[in-house]
Amino acid sequence: MRVLRILLEKEFRQIFRDPAILRIIFMMPTVQLLLMPLAADYEVKNVKICVVDYDHSPYSHKLINKITASGYFTLVDYSDSYEKALRYVERDEADLVLQVPRSFEKDLVREDEAKLYIALNAINGVKANLGGAYLSSIIGDFNNEVRLEWMQLPRFNPQPLISILSINWFNPLMNYQWFMVPGILVILVTMVGAFLSALNIVKEKEIGTIEQINVTPIKKYQFILGKLIPFWVLGLIILTIGLLISRFVYAIIPVGSISTVYIFAAVYLLAVLGLGLLVSTFANTQQQAMLLSFFMMMIFIMLGGLYTSIDSMPNWVKTFTKINPVAYFIEVTRMVILKGSTLADIRTHLIIVFGFAVVLNSLAIWNYKKRS
Amino acid sequence: MKQFLFFVRKEFLHLWRDKRTLFILFGMPIVQIFIFGFALTNEVKDSRIAILDEAKDEASEAIIHQLEASLYFDIEKNISQQTLVKAFREGKIKLAVVFPQKFSEQLQHVNAAAIQLIADASDPNVATTLINYTSAIILDYQNQIKGFQKFPYAIKTEMRMLYNPEMKGSYNFVPGVMAMVLMLVCAMMTSISIVKEKEMGTMEIILVSPIVPLRVMIAKMVPYFILSFVNIASILLLSVFVLDVPINGSLVLLVAECLLFTMTVLALGLLISTMASSQQVAMLISLMGLFLPTIMFSGFMFPVENMPLPMQVISNLVPAKWFYYIVKNVMIKGLGFQAVWKETLILAGMMLLLMTVSIMKFKTRLE
Repeated sequence: MRVLRILLEKEFRQIFRDPAILRIIFMMPTVQLLLMPLAADYEVKNVKICVVDYDHSPYSHKLINKITASGYFTLVDYSDSYEKALRYVERDEADLVLQVPRSFEKDLVREDEAKLYIALNAINGVKANLGGAYLSSIIGDFNNEVRLEWMQLPRFNPQPLISILSINWFNPLMNYQWFMVPGILVILVTMVGAFLSALNIVKEKEIGTIEQINVTPIKKYQFILGKLIPFWVLGLIILTIGLLISRFVYAIIPVGSISTVYIFAAVYLLAVLGLGLLVSTFANTQQQAMLLSFFMMMIFIMLGGLYTSIDSMPNWVKTFTKINPVAYFIEVTRMVILKGSTLADIRTHLIIVFGFAVVLNSLAIWNYKKRS
Repeated sequence: MKQFLFFVRKEFLHLWRDKRTLFILFGMPIVQIFIFGFALTNEVKDSRIAILDEAKDEASEAIIHQLEASLYFDIEKNISQQTLVKAFREGKIKLAVVFPQKFSEQLQHVNAAAIQLIADASDPNVATTLINYTSAIILDYQNQIKGFQKFPYAIKTEMRMLYNPEMKGSYNFVPGVMAMVLMLVCAMMTSISIVKEKEMGTMEIILVSPIVPLRVMIAKMVPYFILSFVNIASILLLSVFVLDVPINGSLVLLVAECLLFTMTVLALGLLISTMASSQQVAMLISLMGLFLPTIMFSGFMFPVENMPLPMQVISNLVPAKWFYYIVKNVMIKGLGFQAVWKETLILAGMMLLLMTVSIMKFKTRLE
């Protein structure tokens, strides 16, 4: 016990003596958590539209007014040349082109059927899909208005009609930041923990101080614990800062109990730090350790469900996410903070991550050789 | 010149002797292309949805049947009102479709019936998409029982998907991955290079030699420049032959722009290296500091024009944003140099600025 205490004292001193590292550890997550969620906005607003009107009829004008009045669209250009409109799309100054053909109004009134053409910049599929869907629904509304002008609707439904009521639970205002902030917080805590622990042992190797430890009677597990605990504390402090930011800056009030988040985070950090330490015992130089842990973290983060839903990934990736600790923590944080899940709801997650922690740390202890 | 070549050779040997690092540097772009190409999609499929059928009649069953037939959903039927909230909390379902009692009867006799959709909106976009898909299937059913009939005064819209007719996600992310890989590989590796020599003490030897700082820096950039060239080639080959993303514009222009971006990022890495006090600081800045901003601000994950104005201003400082724009235009849209000259100039300007600052910051004395 005394050995461990002395080791801890050494590690903490080392951390606090390097102000540059300390500043990075605390500043970077704070700044990123303050900036990133503002940038990560998936809602599509202000779709830029070019209208090519060959018809110039009262109806085409009405339609265009309706589109610009909807609030979703910004009219970039109104012309009668499709080529000109396409050039706006090429320069990314417009997202879509609505083309109203000649005799649009005449066809609509006389032939009962008129056509409109929409050309979308589909490089970003999400944006194209949403923009197209908004525009279609506005055109649909316009269509109904036209119909009402010409036809008298009967008072009772002559045909079966199913009305669909949708309710949004857990995030009724559909605020995208509520979704992103807990996720980004997890990534930041993970990165700090994984990188720092990965660099730590290998730094002693590079500088040569590990020899001094190796000749002392310090046990292997004591050494690893001595490395683990300081970063574990730092990780929890960063988590606390992050939770405070999400509470006071983003006004995210956790629905569930905050202690559940901490219990899970405490176990999760052990797993992440164990992974970092394992990398550190493998690598020979800090550069290797950093690259290796970054390489793993990148895969874990990308496949962790921060940006894209794990459900829609192919099966082999879903199988992989079963061993991805980041995915568990992202899910749990969102569950507890947004949905109010309790410790009982997340018990499987907790047990699995605890398993990771035990396995990874044992591997790190086993792989740390006191002889070189 | 000879002196310079010796230096370049030294840097090459450093890189070449560390096989593990080399392996990761070459493996990273390949793994990223595969992850993005096959694993990450924005489309929603196989979503777990629950059905709470209080009606259990002809109409409700017909709709359930159609939902089951759709590829979008994985259906969970064993759910009751009591277990519904729990299922949401445990994250087992994303959406619940609730049929009220006497659904069929209402539909047939009153001609009006209601279905309730409850979505887990903690992920707003998935919720919206699921509601849209489910509604479309329900409306389909409604149209079936109505029987086909032509509406008067109908406006038909025809949509055309420009540049990406099959709506493949890879068209969007290949430029993004290129920006990310080049950014991380180049910035991190060069950011360590000088500070590592400081830490190991070999910097002193370089400083007492007659070689000038500018040459030291350029020599440090050369190996990574060539490495990036290999990475660019492997990304382009994989995207053309594995992911079927075409190179519509000029290949020469595309590669030239990639190399320009590489230089910019190398200069950024050197700047970090001259300012950092230790390898750890350099690595943390170049990885943690650059990873998320590159993803977030380059515009390939989240459209820049959606961001609040201050964020848009910040995004202009991220070289990856300009590079992403250039690659998208040249590679996917197939535009020529006249469409991207402004962005090219900005990148070139950034590179010159970063180079100048890092040379000025390069200290020829040890503290």
